[in-house]
Amino acid sequence: MAWVNAIIQGVLIGGLYALFACGLSLMFGVMKVVNLAHGDLAVVAGYIAIGIITIIHIPVLWSFLIVVPLMALLGYVLQRTILQGALDRSVLTTLMVTFGLSVVIENGLLQFFTANSRAIGTGLALVSGSFTVGSQIQIGYLPLVIFVVAVVVLLGLQYFLSASKFGRLIRAVADDKEAAQLSGADYRHVFGIAAAIAFGTVALAGIAYGMYSQLDPTAGTDTILLFAFAAVVIGGLGSLWGTLLGGVVLGVAQQIGAQISLSDEVLAGFIVFLAVLVLRPQGLISRGAQS
Amino acid sequence: MTISGDGERPDGGTPLLEVRDLTVHHGQLRALDAISLRVLPGEVYAIIGANGAGKSTLMRTIAGLHHPTAGSVLFDGTDVTGLRPERRAGQGIVMVPEGRRLFGSLSVEENLKVGATYARPGPWTIERVYEMFDWMRERRGQLTAQLSGGEQQTVAIGRALVANPRVLLLDELSLGLAPVIVQRIYGMLPQIMSTGLTVLLVEQDVSQALRVASHIHCLLEGRTTLEGRPADVTADQVEAAYFGLAGAGPVSQPGEGSEP
Repeated sequence: MAWVNAIIQGVLIGGLYALFACGLSLMFGVMKVVNLAHGDLAVVAGYIAIGIITIIHIPVLWSFLIVVPLMALLGYVLQRTILQGALDRSVLTTLMVTFGLSVVIENGLLQFFTANSRAIGTGLALVSGSFTVGSQIQIGYLPLVIFVVAVVVLLGLQYFLSASKFGRLIRAVADDKEAAQLSGADYRHVFGIAAAIAFGTVALAGIAYGMYSQLDPTAGTDTILLFAFAAVVIGGLGSLWGTLLGGVVLGVAQQIGAQISLSDEVLAGFIVFLAVLVLRPQGLISRGAQS
Repeated sequence: MTISGDGERPDGGTPLLEVRDLTVHHGQLRALDAISLRVLPGEVYAIIGANGAGKSTLMRTIAGLHHPTAGSVLFDGTDVTGLRPERRAGQGIVMVPEGRRLFGSLSVEENLKVGATYARPGPWTIERVYEMFDWMRERRGQLTAQLSGGEQQTVAIGRALVANPRVLLLDELSLGLAPVIVQRIYGMLPQIMSTGLTVLLVEQDVSQALRVASHIHCLLEGRTTLEGRPADVTADQVEAAYFGLAGAGPVSQPGEGSEP
């Protein structure tokens, strides 16, 4: 029964990992930007949420309504300025630029918010509570809600990309931005929108992580970026379903590792990551399956 | 036979598309050297030339994908040299790029829909494209990567048509296609032209160009070597201009091709 429990907990935490990963996957899939500042931006979103909640005393859930659009706007602006500028030079330049951004954000957070970790206090019974299934399986409301949110976000994103006019444009630009220009599409604007969507999911991921665990300035690269990478690689780059699957596989591997020995939790996840990288480098679901 | 530097073309009329003294560099390499041309409304203007003559560079510069070092592109009397390709498409300069360049992960219909997203008002709709190419309707759900080369080329033309261009730029339609397919695609040109389009095309196959064009323009190493109506030029003149034989321009030097 303990093993079943580990698997269930793993699946649920996998939702959070998928949420970490989907922005990274989208940014790479559309503009071939590997955003090394991805995790740090999630932490920034979490800190903004903490700030807003502390200052204007709104309920936690309301903070999403402010932070998500704010981060989406930041995503659009960053893409149209710094990231586009880097892309115009070369794809490799974007690596250096986002790495630089990551360093700046991390140290900025250390400077202004110290290295102390903070949690997003929810104060909601729903969030801290749990229910029991059978005798040994305890399911927390929060991980369950985060999992459901992740599935809804990925479903929504998949639907948006495959069925909407703008989603179609995003896929066209991802395929061939020059040909899209010849069809009248301003690919820079399309990139900006894609970045806005990615940053919106980054905001969700950051706040969710802040509620689930604790945020500190280094969590962005230590945890969020690494797990996001692992989930994306396991699932397969550019495939949103792959991202969900990758998150879940990572989560389950970690929980099973923890079941064997607590200290093996993170190690087990990365062993699976490495195994996929060696045995199936294109990921469990390769990109062709996306649409 | 080269055009005079000012006024109207010898065969008359106000040009819809005009290129003035266009010079384009790829790095240090001069791909186009002071090229001028005037495309009249409703005509098929063909640019011919050997590999590396600068044909595609000229098309891409007119579409806005390359920036000229000097010279200008005028469309319907206004200077569009500074406009981005997407803006030019919005004004009615739409190109079918060399190599087709379809959106490979999108279906046939999605490719057409992308083409129609920023369309100008006009006679062409996805429905009309389906009427013209009936196989396309049946296979609209297929990914374009699964189509044959000729089918991909027709989808690429369809994608450009639904934008309702005023000038359609066709860059090397016949590239990599069987002659019978090429014939079939060129066979549709009159039907396309009947909606009031103007066509500027690049063709390596000279006889094909002479058959369909109302005006030809031969490039050699980035320079104009011959220009005129097909009826007014002799086969010898074309051959001389194409290969750069004595009397028609500089002698062709293998390995000095200027297209990337």
